[in-house]
Amino acid sequence: MNIHEYQAKEIFRNYNVAVPNSKVAFSVDEAVEAAQELGSGVTVVKAQIHAGGRGKAGGVKIAKNLDDVREYANEILGKTLVTHQTGPEGKEVKRLLIEEGCDIQKEYYLGIVLDRATSRVVMMGSEEGGTEIEEVAAETPEKIFKEVIDPVTGLTPFQARRLAFNLNIPDELLGKAVKFMMSLYQVFTEKDCSIAEINPLVTTGDGEVLALDAKLNFDDNALYRHKDIVDFRDLDEEDEKEIEASKHDLSYISLDGNIGCMVNGAGLAMATMDIIKHYGGEPANFLDVGGGATAEKVTEAFKIILSDANVKGILVNIFGGIMKCDVIAEGVVEATKQVGLEIPLVVRLEGTNVELGKKILDESGLNITSAESMADGAEKIVSLVK
Amino acid sequence: MSVFINKDTKVIVQGITGGTALFHTKQMLEYGTQIVGGVTPKKGGTEVEGVPVFNTVEDAVKTTGANASVVYVPAPFAADAIMEAVDAELDLVICITEHIPVMDMVKVKRYMEGKKTRLVGPNCPGVITPEECKIGIMPGYIHKKGHIGVVSRSGTLTYEAVHQLSENGFGQSTAVGIGGDPVNGTDFIDVLKAFNEDPETEAVIMIGEIGGTAEEEAAEWVKANMDKPVVGFIGGATAPPGKRMGHAGAIISGGKGTADEKIRVMNECGIKVAETPSVMGETMISVLEEKGLVDKCKTH
Repeated sequence: MNIHEYQAKEIFRNYNVAVPNSKVAFSVDEAVEAAQELGSGVTVVKAQIHAGGRGKAGGVKIAKNLDDVREYANEILGKTLVTHQTGPEGKEVKRLLIEEGCDIQKEYYLGIVLDRATSRVVMMGSEEGGTEIEEVAAETPEKIFKEVIDPVTGLTPFQARRLAFNLNIPDELLGKAVKFMMSLYQVFTEKDCSIAEINPLVTTGDGEVLALDAKLNFDDNALYRHKDIVDFRDLDEEDEKEIEASKHDLSYISLDGNIGCMVNGAGLAMATMDIIKHYGGEPANFLDVGGGATAEKVTEAFKIILSDANVKGILVNIFGGIMKCDVIAEGVVEATKQVGLEIPLVVRLEGTNVELGKKILDESGLNITSAESMADGAEKIVSLVK
Repeated sequence: MSVFINKDTKVIVQGITGGTALFHTKQMLEYGTQIVGGVTPKKGGTEVEGVPVFNTVEDAVKTTGANASVVYVPAPFAADAIMEAVDAELDLVICITEHIPVMDMVKVKRYMEGKKTRLVGPNCPGVITPEECKIGIMPGYIHKKGHIGVVSRSGTLTYEAVHQLSENGFGQSTAVGIGGDPVNGTDFIDVLKAFNEDPETEAVIMIGEIGGTAEEEAAEWVKANMDKPVVGFIGGATAPPGKRMGHAGAIISGGKGTADEKIRVMNECGIKVAETPSVMGETMISVLEEKGLVDKCKTH
């Protein structure tokens, strides 16, 4: 799960991870009021969307006075920002962060991620702050320093010091940098983050070490123990169909194509998308109905697939192992009747009672094409939507 | 021979009184797996499906002499269940449970350092040595005894591969689902090593997916160490970056973990990669033909 920068900074304040003073605003008036309360000379007006690259897209402005704040807030609120992370359709700005400006001496990068190769959490830092860390990693990997963290001890002070020295943080700010890193690690583990990224981390003219930006992602599997984080969820930032799917315990990802897919199992669902593409089609979604595909689940899945206006045909691909094919076939027939399907539907069933399942589909009197294999199913649906 | 499990493996089921666990306990018993006990705290002394239930793994092991366990415990308590099995010094723990928080698994992996237990999973279909022992949730009947080793990050895609092999007359030595999570126990290399040393296994099919670099590392290992032919498949070539495709570990992030890169490295290391999931079996057969192994591997 993603949250906004201003929400991440709220968490940081609770953990003594230093951030500039700031307030969130939902309207132009609130933005001006917030700037007034902050009372700093220079104020930064920042668009709050779940995507990076906001600065380049015109979503971050420096205001020298309250009139500027009003002008920029007016300009950014309601604007659709297109960044390299939003996709071409962009994201509408509905919230602003009003933050006091600070006298930046130098920008750094600091991040915490899971390292899959070692099954450990790793803190990474670089002197090349502000830019994309992937670029730094690709072009000058020697400028990225890593500390692998033992979950028993957590990040140790010596590791934090070593990282700070490697980043050439000035000696007089060492204590503050170490405190920042230790606190950030505490946030990461206590809140079950999947990514914590500070880009840039800055040192300031008045001797502070601050998180100028803050990106936190959370492990969905751990949200059950973090009600406070779930409260930060902003449904405006998520795909409507994905929200609906999650209510029915379906794993759904919206894509750009026109062939809807319904599959059991994540691996097979991905492979089904791949084989559609292989035969010249474009998948409209990833959808895993899970192991226990009941008639209700299949019906909900059909409804979600059909709510996408781009969908011109559907491929159902089920490997019935423990679930029997006749039960699945009945579910598909029932769901098709309920939603009144008007576009081509190809069903590929394999596994227990497959012949019985195919018979149910064939005798349903509905416009369902059954397929012999994954390849056959993909070929059939691709030719039917053309 | 086979890898990890065989007809002598004695299994306990952790969380045996839960609905899913009960269903699969029955299925495993029907398959012929030696389920010697179950564990559910506070249900010790009772019996389900003719299997005695214990309060702790330690009690279950002491009484039954079990050497393996399978975990169906719900996600919030699953990490603890794995550690309990490790503490009881079982040889093998297979964790079926999905949605375990990553930080819990980081702690489990640390806890397991220096201990004897092998963990398979979590978020996996389990392990099966056909006609001997089935531990997990896979449909037993699609598997046939034979000489092809199967290792995979995905459940249904494994069934797909096994089905294609069995349909064409090529049985399997053992099929191992290593699971779709970013932090798991046994990895591709561990399983490949075991298959390499197993006299019954003649060739291996390795099924990966987007996310992480485990397939690349495994391919390098194959190139340097493997004496037996390996074919592969990678799911997720059409998956967009930054989106988790169902499995917690199936995500392309920071340009890493793409299907293209995995396939490129696998090809470079001499692993023939099936072009579509429909031809995983065919690809294996073509490699067996090339190596003159068809007669040896054709089982039915």
